[in-house]
Amino acid sequence: MAIKRRATTFLALSMTTALLVAGCGGGGESEAPAESELYKNPVTLTWWHNASQDGPGKEYWAKVAKDFNALHPTVTIEVEGIETNQLQRTRLPAALLSNDPPDIFQAWGGGEIREQVEADYLKDITDQVKDEVANIGSAVEIWQVDGKQYGLPYRMGIEGIWYNKDLFQQAGITAPPATFDELNDAVTKLKAINVIPIAVGAGDKWPAAHWWYNFALRACSVDTLRKASLENNFDDQCFVKAGQDLKAFIDTEPFQPNFIATPGQNDPTSANGLLANGKAAMELMGDWNKGTLDTVTEDQEALNKFIGWFPVPAITGSAGDPKAALGGGDGFACAKNAPAECVEFLKYIVSPEVQKGYAETGTGLPVAKGAEDGVKDPALKSILEATTSATYVQLWLDTAFGSTVGNAMNDAIVAIFAGNGTPEQVVEAMKAAARK
Amino acid sequence: MTSTNPTLDLAGGASAPPAGPRPARRSSARAAQTRRKWYEIIGLSTPAVIVYVMFVLVPMGFAFYYSLFRWRGVGPPTDYVGFDNYVLAFQDPIFIDALRNNAIIVFGSLLIQGPIALGVALLLNRNFRGRALFRLLAFVPYVLAEVTVGIMWKLLLSDAGTVNAMLESVGLGSLVQAWLADLDVVIWTMLAVLTWKYVGFAIILLLAGLSNVPQELNEAAAIDGASWWQIQRHVTLPLLGPTIRIWMFLSMIGSLQVFDVIWVTSVPAVRSLGASATMATYMVDNGFFARLWSYGNAVAVILFAISFVAAVLFQRFLLRRDIEGAITRRAN
Repeated sequence: MAIKRRATTFLALSMTTALLVAGCGGGGESEAPAESELYKNPVTLTWWHNASQDGPGKEYWAKVAKDFNALHPTVTIEVEGIETNQLQRTRLPAALLSNDPPDIFQAWGGGEIREQVEADYLKDITDQVKDEVANIGSAVEIWQVDGKQYGLPYRMGIEGIWYNKDLFQQAGITAPPATFDELNDAVTKLKAINVIPIAVGAGDKWPAAHWWYNFALRACSVDTLRKASLENNFDDQCFVKAGQDLKAFIDTEPFQPNFIATPGQNDPTSANGLLANGKAAMELMGDWNKGTLDTVTEDQEALNKFIGWFPVPAITGSAGDPKAALGGGDGFACAKNAPAECVEFLKYIVSPEVQKGYAETGTGLPVAKGAEDGVKDPALKSILEATTSATYVQLWLDTAFGSTVGNAMNDAIVAIFAGNGTPEQVVEAMKAAARK
Repeated sequence: MTSTNPTLDLAGGASAPPAGPRPARRSSARAAQTRRKWYEIIGLSTPAVIVYVMFVLVPMGFAFYYSLFRWRGVGPPTDYVGFDNYVLAFQDPIFIDALRNNAIIVFGSLLIQGPIALGVALLLNRNFRGRALFRLLAFVPYVLAEVTVGIMWKLLLSDAGTVNAMLESVGLGSLVQAWLADLDVVIWTMLAVLTWKYVGFAIILLLAGLSNVPQELNEAAAIDGASWWQIQRHVTLPLLGPTIRIWMFLSMIGSLQVFDVIWVTSVPAVRSLGASATMATYMVDNGFFARLWSYGNAVAVILFAISFVAAVLFQRFLLRRDIEGAITRRAN
């Protein structure tokens, strides 16, 4: 194998040399210049983000790139928005394997960034971003590997239950449920007025899997969850308990019929569509949900009026921290050989002013202190408050455990939803995937 | 892959030494002619061969190479595991489901599309007003993009969709199904959508075949007192044999590799439970979404091997008569 690797290295080296000789290498290939050399030579940064659809998100990133160029005329930024799945599953892995990855690109943190660091793809930015890290707070940990910073988030939020206030009122539910017993009560009351208590987009797998994540968060201690993320160790019985609790919950039939084929978002037949159009009363979803509800609603004004948000209820007498929440975010990272200006641009993206502008687009919650004023929507405001007051934010389990374990876990959870899987099989599938 | 075999045979046939002894004085001119012919063959085929090697053979070689590792597409592959990925695939019940689904689609397509296409083609081959319009209509689904077809049927077949509403309104409420959610039904729904999509292709092929059946034979049979049915059964159908066999071949290979219609029409959860997975969707779900790149490559190689063996067997036993003479042997 050693010979083969050396051959590959040689090939890579000679190709790089050839590119440099041909003048295609650009300024980006050189070693990181000292601080004083910043902005001296013209550089072009390529930036891949996932706001691919026309809308406020994509427009805002274009503006950010233009503004940075106005501040630092030596830096030109080539922006490309690529659909999330395509970006994460094919474009980015392939580009990182080649010798010409984008300079700055979407990074989801967790197990994935760990693999990327192990393959030496990313720039260690620990020393350059100390101020930004201090301003953002504990959310940055998701983009850390072994205590070193490799990326920074621009969006972060916890998930909770989006609900229809009008339907709650009609069903005689006075306050949002704070415990699962109260949630079960609410489900019964909503059934009595003939609406779907909870919509779940199990067809897309992850919206269903998130229910299991929340049961795991309630059943497992924070230490167990940390250990599971770092070592892929799933021996603790709490992971089986999560499946048992989920099964008991599904048996109360809180979801719409045939949920196994219901997509999560983006069309009127999706779980999102059911909530947005008043057919379902609740949906478990992340902080981005306001934006996706807007795209499928038939009556925007009514939606704005009835939509509310509350944190996932606690389970009485469980081992987990009742104030802990599941969450996740979006960030950016710089490629190993990206020019030093890349880090400057990353710092610019997470600066309070840019973050405030991002919050004003309504596409997600900002992470930097000083950007809170940009959040106008009342539902988003309550998420921001809950995020700040959460004692522990656990990253989405499929992201935290890495795609391989995450995918196997989601598949096995979906099998429970379909009625042909067991709680034990989820843990077995996770362990088997960790070995693959 | 399959299309190259005739080409190779053709080249082999072309290079066969000329039969019979030649006068000595003509041999040098003859040799020069042969040489020039070879230059032509090499010169004209080289670009195509290079493209073929670069974009077909080399990637196939890489797929096989990567399939022997435990590799998630991060960094170079180093963890050599031999044929473990192949063993894992055949141990995964979902992959076995995918194989079963592919078998259902291969045989279901042949058994359902074949008779329909034959019947419609025989009808459309007769002279009547509006024949061109009906031919066009039969072919429209095939021309539509797979993704368009997938989304269209996904909406039509949803629980509150048009199909169920139509069944209700004509008093067939008992037939209402969760077409895309019932795990026992969904593969048959997929088969129906695929049939709708591809039957037009079979019809057009058979119509082309029918236009090659000499009218004289039909007339001769009619003069001998054969009825329309007898003419179809004993004259047209045998002459249509080569076309039917070619269509069966194309349908089989297409069914083994079917991906897009299933990917779009059937949601990820139903696929991952094995209810509607095919080898190709299983490959993408595992290779890209579970980030098991080397495992995905192993599945790709298995898919290729199965298609290749099926193609070779089909050519060897069923297409032999059709290819022989026309392609493999030099016409006299």
